[in-house]
Amino acid sequence: MDIFSISPQVLLGQLLLGLINGSLYAVLSLGLAIIFGLLNIVNFTHGAQYMLGAVLAWAGLNYLGMNYWLALIFAPLMVGAIGIIIERTMLRRLANVDHLYGLLLTFGLALIIEGLLVRMLGVTGQPYAGPPELKGGMNLGFMFLPYYRAWVVVASLAACLGAWLLIERTKIGAYLRASTENPNLLKAFGINVPLLVTLAYGFGAALAGFAGVLAAPLFQVSPLMGSNLIIVVFAVVVIGGMGSILGSIVTGLSMGLIEGLTKVVYPEASSTVVFVVMAIVLLVRPAGLFGKAA
Amino acid sequence: MTKIQARNRLYLLLVAIVIGLLAPLVVYPVFLMKILCFALFACAFNLLLGFTGLLSFGHAAFFGGAAYVTGHALSVWGLPFELGILAGTLAATVMGAIVGKLAIRRQGIYFAMVTLALAQLIYFLCLQAPFTGGENGQQGIPRGFALGILDLSNNTTLYYVVLVIFSLGFGLVYRVINSPFGQVLKAVRENEPRAISLGYDTDRVKLTAFIVSSALAGLAGATKAVVFQLASLTDVHWHMSGEVVLMTLLGGVGTLIGPVVGAGVVVTLQNTLSSGPLNAYVPVVLGGIFVVCVLAFRRGIVGEIKALIKQSF
Repeated sequence: MDIFSISPQVLLGQLLLGLINGSLYAVLSLGLAIIFGLLNIVNFTHGAQYMLGAVLAWAGLNYLGMNYWLALIFAPLMVGAIGIIIERTMLRRLANVDHLYGLLLTFGLALIIEGLLVRMLGVTGQPYAGPPELKGGMNLGFMFLPYYRAWVVVASLAACLGAWLLIERTKIGAYLRASTENPNLLKAFGINVPLLVTLAYGFGAALAGFAGVLAAPLFQVSPLMGSNLIIVVFAVVVIGGMGSILGSIVTGLSMGLIEGLTKVVYPEASSTVVFVVMAIVLLVRPAGLFGKAA
Repeated sequence: MTKIQARNRLYLLLVAIVIGLLAPLVVYPVFLMKILCFALFACAFNLLLGFTGLLSFGHAAFFGGAAYVTGHALSVWGLPFELGILAGTLAATVMGAIVGKLAIRRQGIYFAMVTLALAQLIYFLCLQAPFTGGENGQQGIPRGFALGILDLSNNTTLYYVVLVIFSLGFGLVYRVINSPFGQVLKAVRENEPRAISLGYDTDRVKLTAFIVSSALAGLAGATKAVVFQLASLTDVHWHMSGEVVLMTLLGGVGTLIGPVVGAGVVVTLQNTLSSGPLNAYVPVVLGGIFVVCVLAFRRGIVGEIKALIKQSF
């Protein structure tokens, strides 16, 4: 295959799409990493929570006339609140058993949420009109840049940066990090660790919902939009390791770009390239690119 | 094992054999074969989760992959029944060796994610490979003759052949977990650093268990392809990996017959639901069982019964 025969427009267009996917991967894997850090479970419901964000935005617009910007605030809050209920009523009881049970529980929850929504909405995707303020785009000379796509990248990176600042630079972030390291010691200092855990799960779920709202105008809103995505995000998390926030962001973005590049060079492999990268990383650096040895 | 336990076990085995032989007189053989295939699949999975402590979330790849290879071997290459099944099992063994080699480089929760991701890779390969028939799958796989004489287009004949295959697979699992190697597996499950300090090459032990498990999952998938004369994307999809986890969990993780019971319950449930008004809610019901099992019922049906018997004596 001759890579030089590809027009720069196609290449840049796909790279932009890759960047968008990558920023969604980054937000999703960041949420997974936060939840993993405090609860030690892999949140299989993450894909369903992402889908729930998109569906809530779509339902808000069609039934309540809620515009995009309001949805961008309310849908993540709702998803976060549902997450808090899940943590309080179910995940909490699994704190003292093997962490694999957390994965199995959240897998079951994902099946329930997706199954119910498929029943209510069907499997076909529903279009969701983006905000009118971001209609159109600009011509950069070498390619056409739709405003909304640029906004998705900016908003995702802002969310990641915000989460990073929250965790690394604030008092509650310090508690979170301490609780990841040694929850018992933190309890001894009089910090309400169970509350912290609940909030962390809610925050992680809300991040997934936020990514869902961002994605709603890009893709069709469908109950199954998160179920395949979450497996790719798992691969991203294995590649980057869940130890570092910056690692999740960098890995998410670069996997999106690699996917975009593959779409240009060898489209057949675009759905599998992330898994292949994961296999290579496992061979070369088993702990992951940013991970500490387990 | 005490003498009484050994005798009880023998009685249990005899009862199981009688039920297995007489069942097709009462129940539709195809339904029974479906249960046997999934029971073998779940037993293979339980060898990993129950006895080695490894949660593989990608076992559908071996089950469905073997179904495709067997289907191709029977319908395109025209191999006889036995070689077709063998081809599928062999393919699953090779896939298991590759996936296992990569996955054991990570522990615990990462192991589950790696197996899931690699199984998704295999799913996409199956979606795109020309021989799998893509979205349509392989249909009308010929059943042929067993040993060259037994006509497998007869459901009852096929049932007894499947029963033999299941018994061989189940017997292998029984042999493995009751062998010295099985003791090492349990040692790895309970305390891996200690097993290492005792001088066991635990990576090698885990890989061996993974390969045996994937081979048996492949045997189950290959048999299923012959029974239904169909290999499709459903068999390699991660939902199938979830289903086998559910069967094992519901029946009882780490018990010998738990997966068989779990497979029986789940398959019966699916068949009953899909013919009733709840048809569209099958995933919801399965998800609900998952949640209930994990929250309240972690020992599973067989585990709970065992605990009950222990309590009452």
